[in-house]
Amino acid sequence: MKNAKETIMKFVFLLAATVSIVAVILICVFLFASGIPAIGEIGIFNFLFGTQWRPANDLYGILPMIIGSIYVTAGALIIGVPIGIFTAVFMARFCPGWLYKIMKPATNLMAGIPSVVYGFFGLVIIVPFVRDSFGGRGMSVLTASILLGLMILPTIISMSESAIRAVPQSYYEGGLALGASHERSVFFTVVPAAKSGIFASIILGVGRAIGETMAVMMVAGNQTVIPSKITDGVRTLTTNIVMEMGYSTDLHREALIATAVVLFVFILIINLSFSLLKRRTK
Amino acid sequence: MMKQINIITIRDKWRAYRHDPKSLILFLAVCLAAFITLAALAFVIVYILVKGIPYLTPDLFAWEYTSDNVSLMPALINTIYMAVLSLLFAVPVGIFSAVYLNEYARRGNKIVSIVRITTETLSGIPSIVYGLFGSLFFVKFVGFGLSLLSGALTLSIMILPLIMRSTEEALLAVPDSYREGSFGLGAGKLRTVFRIVLPSAVPGILSGIILGIGRIVGESAALIFTAGTVAEVASSVFSSTRTLSVHMYSISTEGLYINQAYATAVILLIVVIIINGLSSLLAKKLGGDGANG
Repeated sequence: MKNAKETIMKFVFLLAATVSIVAVILICVFLFASGIPAIGEIGIFNFLFGTQWRPANDLYGILPMIIGSIYVTAGALIIGVPIGIFTAVFMARFCPGWLYKIMKPATNLMAGIPSVVYGFFGLVIIVPFVRDSFGGRGMSVLTASILLGLMILPTIISMSESAIRAVPQSYYEGGLALGASHERSVFFTVVPAAKSGIFASIILGVGRAIGETMAVMMVAGNQTVIPSKITDGVRTLTTNIVMEMGYSTDLHREALIATAVVLFVFILIINLSFSLLKRRTK
Repeated sequence: MMKQINIITIRDKWRAYRHDPKSLILFLAVCLAAFITLAALAFVIVYILVKGIPYLTPDLFAWEYTSDNVSLMPALINTIYMAVLSLLFAVPVGIFSAVYLNEYARRGNKIVSIVRITTETLSGIPSIVYGLFGSLFFVKFVGFGLSLLSGALTLSIMILPLIMRSTEEALLAVPDSYREGSFGLGAGKLRTVFRIVLPSAVPGILSGIILGIGRIVGESAALIFTAGTVAEVASSVFSSTRTLSVHMYSISTEGLYINQAYATAVILLIVVIIINGLSSLLAKKLGGDGANG
């Protein structure tokens, strides 16, 4: 009797462990099953490289959105990565104890603020700021990049910080012993040693930026045109889905799901490179 | 006299920098970056608090939502429903699978590595993809419709990796001597897990759950197409609802209720600050730097 209970519970635990496998399979099956036929119908070339997204005329080209996602993500990295890494270095190697007690919860809080709140903040502060100082309508590649740069900061900071902290103290001391200043020792021995962890944090940041939806939608303008300058409006893959999913039908709807398939493939590639990097770190 | 060797005065430091401007530049850059980070966060929080607190009127907390009062109360209640329901699914599954991975599976087990790959994948999927999946699977295929239940099931998959990882870390931190002691007293594996291992892992598991609540409260993209946007308190698990974040999104994009949107943002911020405070309190109780997880 007792043995039966043990066996049953072991099976229950195993069953629970397979839930995540089942979930991933279901997500893949349902997305691909609804998205791939649409890509077939539209034609993979027309779908991926078409520059016209006009559901009313049955034109479903997502190139503007792919490029939009890439622009916005690149912009977020240009803003977020230097600030994030330098802040991480500060927290790991420069920060006095009392300040660390503020900075650590602060970055955690930054990670916890909902994306709609960030989006709303972008709408009321960054949009008017960009409109007044750079011209255009304010909802633009630049606006979305600034906001996303802010949003990926906590991801980059916390992962880079633990990567920098994981570098053995002897590296730093070796630098000092050779006559380097504190700053030189940190930047030219410790940070290079934490390189792969820092890269992993950047990749994770890319994943967050490319997947962010609501905040981007509120500040990016959402025009389906390839932006020609940074003050032009832009639509990303994620916002394309949210904008039109509500009222779409038939092929239009499937084209939106196919957009999600493209996004999903992007994310899988990012995840793969992340786990490869992490494996190399270990 | 020995003491003074390691003390560097500001003047010494300054003299060193004069010979080594590169170090000074690096130092300033690091301080500047940290300042920007803190200032940005402070700006977001202070701005929203200052603009929002004056509009925290009793109207905003009326039980019924109308287009006059734009009450956030139904959304707040729905958020609690949503969180409870999602945790109801995700917590047992998350804890049990962590128990399997950590206590039952042998090293080099094929299933373990597959589960790790899939949880990593799950934690990287953007919320809009979850939302789309939820609307294809729970809403359409299973037939739950736009409902609290569809939303909660979608969210529970989303927070599953979080709960699994924090439980696993907590289980790893339980010393093996506890297990050996329990086995030595004649307890079976199951009893050891439930009576010895899990109770000592409770703080770690709780901090994972709190982080999960944080994600549920902040989520909007995954809920619009699974739980819908009806601004009323859910009467059953099959009724369509909006949570606080979705509510915030709706009223801030409609453009008519900008003041109420500020006030709603204040409430969201306060909830998030409380959740963060709780999780760092737990982390402190755990000792060490649990806030990283």
